[in-house]
Amino acid sequence: MIIPHPLLGPRDSQEFTYLGDASLIERPDWQAEDAVGRFHDYLYLRDNPAGAHRELWFHEQGDRSWLVVTRDTVTHEIISAELARDVARAKGRSK
Amino acid sequence: MRYSGFKVLKEALTGHKGWKPAWRDPAPKPHYDILVIGGGGHGLATAYYLAKVFGKANVAVLEKGWIGGGNVGRNTTIIRSNYLLDGNEPFYEFSMKLWEGLEQDFNFNAMVSQRGVLNLCHTDAQRDAFRRRGNAMRLNGVDAELLDTEGVRRMAPFLNFENARFPIKGGLLQPRGGTVRHDAVAWGYARGADMRGVDIIQNCEVTGFRIENGICKGVETTRGFIGAGKVGVAVAGSSGRVMAKAGMRLPIESHVLQAFVSEGLKPLLPGVITYGAGHFYVSQSDKGGLVFGGDIDGYNSYAQRGNLPVVEDVCEGGMSLMPMIGRAKLLRMWGGIMDMSMDGSPIIDRTDTERLYFNGGWCYGGFKATPASGWAFAHLLATGNPHETATAYRFDRFRKGLMIDEKGMGAQPNLH
Ligand SMILES: Cc1cc2nc3c(=O)[nH]c(=O)nc-3n(C[C@H](O)[C@H](O)[C@H](O)COP(=O)(O)OP(=O)(O)OC[C@H]3O[C@@H](n4cnc5c(N)ncnc54)[C@H](O)[C@@H]3O)c2cc1C
Repeated sequence: MIIPHPLLGPRDSQEFTYLGDASLIERPDWQAEDAVGRFHDYLYLRDNPAGAHRELWFHEQGDRSWLVVTRDTVTHEIISAELARDVARAKGRSK
Repeated sequence: MRYSGFKVLKEALTGHKGWKPAWRDPAPKPHYDILVIGGGGHGLATAYYLAKVFGKANVAVLEKGWIGGGNVGRNTTIIRSNYLLDGNEPFYEFSMKLWEGLEQDFNFNAMVSQRGVLNLCHTDAQRDAFRRRGNAMRLNGVDAELLDTEGVRRMAPFLNFENARFPIKGGLLQPRGGTVRHDAVAWGYARGADMRGVDIIQNCEVTGFRIENGICKGVETTRGFIGAGKVGVAVAGSSGRVMAKAGMRLPIESHVLQAFVSEGLKPLLPGVITYGAGHFYVSQSDKGGLVFGGDIDGYNSYAQRGNLPVVEDVCEGGMSLMPMIGRAKLLRMWGGIMDMSMDGSPIIDRTDTERLYFNGGWCYGGFKATPASGWAFAHLLATGNPHETATAYRFDRFRKGLMIDEKGMGAQPNLH
C-alpha cells in the first residue's frame, strides 16, 4: 500500500507503524465523574467498520510524523492522509 | 448413513452409487428454540453439542455463504494446548481431549494427526520462558517436553542451526499437538448435527436482530425473519460487523492473516515446527504440500487477501529456518479475516441484550479451540451458565482488569 504523505508525497506503508483507530487521539478526561467507564470504552471498544476507517499511522522510518489515514478496510484503498497534528488542532486542541 | 470400512468396500464394488448427501438442505422454519449464527467450525460444533450433549433438537445454524467457506477452511490446521495462563490452559486441553476422540464421536474422518508441535527457542531468555510454560502445562496435566539443541537436531536435522542471529537453542515440544484436516471438521460437525435434527441453512445471511424491550426475539435474514428463543452468534472475523447490527461495540478489531501452500514434496517434516524468533510456522499436509504462515498483516482489514510485504516476511522467515525450501514452488496463498481481541483471548458470554449470546475473538488460534468452543457455547446457550473451562472468557474482564494476555502486549490487537 502506498500512503500519500501530506508533506513527503507517496510513501510505502512499510515505512510506517500502525497504531489503530484514529479515535485514540481523543483521550477522555481523566478527571471526569465517569472516567473509569470512558477509559474502558476508549481503550478496549472499537467500531471496527467494513469500509472507510480513520486510523493512526506513525512514519517511524521516515519523518516520524503521525498521520490520520482514511482507508477502505475491504479494498485496502487509501482515501486520504492528514497530519494527526492538523486533525487534533481542527478539533480545538492547541498542542 | 454411517461410514465404515465395510461401507467403503461395498461402495467400491458397486460403483459408488449408494453415497448420499451428508446433510439435508432444509428451508428455514418460522421459529427455533436456538439459532446459531455462522456455519463455521465453532457454530457447527455448537449446534452438534447442543443436540448431542444437551438434547436440544429444535436448533438451526444460519450461514451466509456455504459451510466451511470461512476460517474453518482457511487456517493452517494446527492444534495444540501449550498455553501458559490459568484462564486458557484448561480450556485448550479440554479441546485437545475432544480432538482425540472426535472422529469416533462423530463418525467422520477428520484426519486428526497428533504429529507433535515443536516451538523453537533462540535465546536463553526464550528457553527460560519455555521452561516456565512447559511447567505450567504439566501442572495442568498436559504433556510438554523441553528439548536441548541436540534433541531438536535429532528430530529435525535439516533446520539451520548455525544461524548467527537466531541460533536454535532448543525447543518446547508438545507431542500430543498436531494437525487436523480443517474442512472435514466443518463437514463432520454439520453431518453430526443434521443427523440429530439440526437444520443447517446455507445462503442465509443475518442482516439484523429483532430486539424488543432489550430482549432478542429473532433475526432478520436474506430469507426472511426467523424467530428464536435464544440467539448465539459465532461469526469469527465478522463479529464486529454482525454485533454492530445489535447495537454493540466489541473489544475486537478485524485483521487479515495469510496462509501458504507449496507444491507437494516427499515426506519431510516430522510434525509442526514454529520459529520462535521469526514467527514462521510450518507443517506438511498428507498430500505433501508444506503448509505455512506467519504474522498478520497488521492493520484492520476485511479483504480476504493479504498484501505482499507479509508474503516477503513469511518467506524470509522460512528461508532462514529451513534454507532447503528455497527451491520449492509456492502453489497457493490466501487470507482469512480474524477477530483480534484486545488481550488475544476469546469471549464466550451473554450480552446486555437478553437471549443474545456471543462467541468470538479467537484471534488466529481459534481452530484448535473448535470442539471446546462449541461445547462451551452450547453449555452457555442450554444452561445459561458458562462451562467450567470457559469461566474467564467474559466481556467484563476488560472492565475489571482481568485480561488473559498470553503475550503481555496490552490492548494492542495487532501485536497478539
Ligand atoms: C490463515 C489462517 C490461519 C490460521 N491458522 C490457525 C491454526 O493453525 N490453528 C488454529 O488454532 N487457528 C488458526 N486460525 C484461526 C482459526 O481459523 C479461526 O479462529 C477459527 O476457524 C474461527 O472460527 P470458525 O471456524 O467458526 O470461523 P468461520 O469458519 O469463519 O465461521 C464463521 C462463519 O460465519 C459466517 N457469517 C459471517 N457473517 C454472517 C452473517 N451475517 N450471517 C450468517 N453467517 C455469517 C461466515 O460466512 C463464516 O462461515 C487461522 C486463521 C487464518 C485466517
